[in-house]
Amino acid sequence: MGLSNVVGDLSLEMEVDAFRRLFPLRFYERHLSESIRPDGRTLKSARDTSVALGAVASADGSALTKIGSTTMLAAAKMEVMTPSADAPDEGSIAVEYYMPSICSPLVRPGRPAEIAPVISKQLYDTILSSGMIDLKELSLISGKAAWMVYLDIYCLDADGALFDAALLSAVAAFSHLRFPVVSLNDEGRLVMVPEEGNGDKSGKEVVNKEKRKLSLSSPPFSLTCALHKNYILADPTSEEEAVMETFVTVVLNSSGHLVSLYKPGGPVLTQTSVIQDCIALTRQRMKEVQEILDESISGMEID
Amino acid sequence: MEIDRIDGRSPNQLRPLACSRGILNRAHGSASWSQGDTKVLAAVYGPKAGTKKNENPERACIEVIWKPKTGQSGKQEKEYEMILKRTLQSICILTINPNTTTSIIIQVVQDDGSLLPCAINAACAALVDAGIPLKHLAVSICCCLASSGYVILDPTKQEEEGMKAFAYLVFPNSIKLILPEGSSHAQGERMEDGIVTSVTHGAMSVEDYFHCLDRGRAATAKLSDFLRRNLQPQVLADGSKAG
Repeated sequence: MGLSNVVGDLSLEMEVDAFRRLFPLRFYERHLSESIRPDGRTLKSARDTSVALGAVASADGSALTKIGSTTMLAAAKMEVMTPSADAPDEGSIAVEYYMPSICSPLVRPGRPAEIAPVISKQLYDTILSSGMIDLKELSLISGKAAWMVYLDIYCLDADGALFDAALLSAVAAFSHLRFPVVSLNDEGRLVMVPEEGNGDKSGKEVVNKEKRKLSLSSPPFSLTCALHKNYILADPTSEEEAVMETFVTVVLNSSGHLVSLYKPGGPVLTQTSVIQDCIALTRQRMKEVQEILDESISGMEID
Repeated sequence: MEIDRIDGRSPNQLRPLACSRGILNRAHGSASWSQGDTKVLAAVYGPKAGTKKNENPERACIEVIWKPKTGQSGKQEKEYEMILKRTLQSICILTINPNTTTSIIIQVVQDDGSLLPCAINAACAALVDAGIPLKHLAVSICCCLASSGYVILDPTKQEEEGMKAFAYLVFPNSIKLILPEGSSHAQGERMEDGIVTSVTHGAMSVEDYFHCLDRGRAATAKLSDFLRRNLQPQVLADGSKAG
């Protein structure tokens, strides 16, 4: 065909950047045939990950996570509310994921990202179905008062693997969460006691003595793999996601259970071995990420 | 170990299926699909000229609008729209009509469990009714995992809410060999062994997930037969009316 001749001639003379923009698929396939990616990673390795806890001082729990260039800021605030009648011993969680215009040139005030509500719902489902948080821990006075945790996750830089970074920041924010101290005021309602030297100056009784932490059982960790023909690429950047045919997101929790396997369409996975490979990659990634998270948690506690 | 289902079905038994096509006059293609009490109506308009801004103009574009039975469209509907869009993108031949948009509108008539699979099946039948070129059909099923480790297919809403975990799976429809056995079975892996889409809720072990895949795949043969039988006779009936 005439076009491929033109491409053949151009590729000898063109600059690498121009070729990357004009023929992204051929650019990537040339790399994949050598089992390497443009940023120098192997097909199975993820980008550098970092977690910084306590990024938002006014929130009860917060975390800033970076996977490569993808940056997510999660902040959790707690409020006292009355539990519903059919679950008087349980608190509740609300998870919201936002993609403000700062994160990507494709997002503008009049044109919100289509993927934002989908990731928001996915995060909420994953956090609940992983059983990481026991809602009964959020109860204060049975039937009368319980904690409501509002978790907001903001995407500051969208460069692929958004769900992975968002889930990691949510787990980190929950592990940094400290319950604020509350006491009963004269009207019989629970109010937050401000941080003071002597907590009992006003003589009111404090309902929960020490600032407690949430106990997280088997937190979930995820890995997104892009699939293209026979190649599996772990942790794609946004450029790779646009070029690849489809992706699979596998979420495992630390007891090895599959919390979610999300593959929204795309070419048929002809072998279950591909799914097995993705799950194996996720297991490996989970160990790496857990180490990083544990390091930053112990770093906070020393302070 | 047998599980007693409330409506007396066996674990692998599907609810009664019903599909009718061409029910809406103005739509280019339409279909209604019901599995037991879950009923979904799908309408296809297209191909229309032009694509949306962020889409590739060298390919056809697919747009999905999901209308719930009551209330406004929220995050759940947006998620279903995205899953449907990507699933249908993988079965349509997108290079045939470049720079066009095909709209698929899904209206939930009744929800009694297994809603997304029902909608995917309805959308597929509606695409056939509209004459949109497809690579292959897609059949979709919901597999539930009970706490005892048993897998049941096609749950009702009550069963779905009571289960430990469930998975919505979409497979390509099973191939019916027209040529005699053994002549052209070229590739080593058969296409029908793959999955197109998988969405899971709830935690389950990896072996249980593969169990669900196997059961789901076995049930697609029944669904594919039903789909095939349903798609054929109507053509002859229309022909006889015209003549």
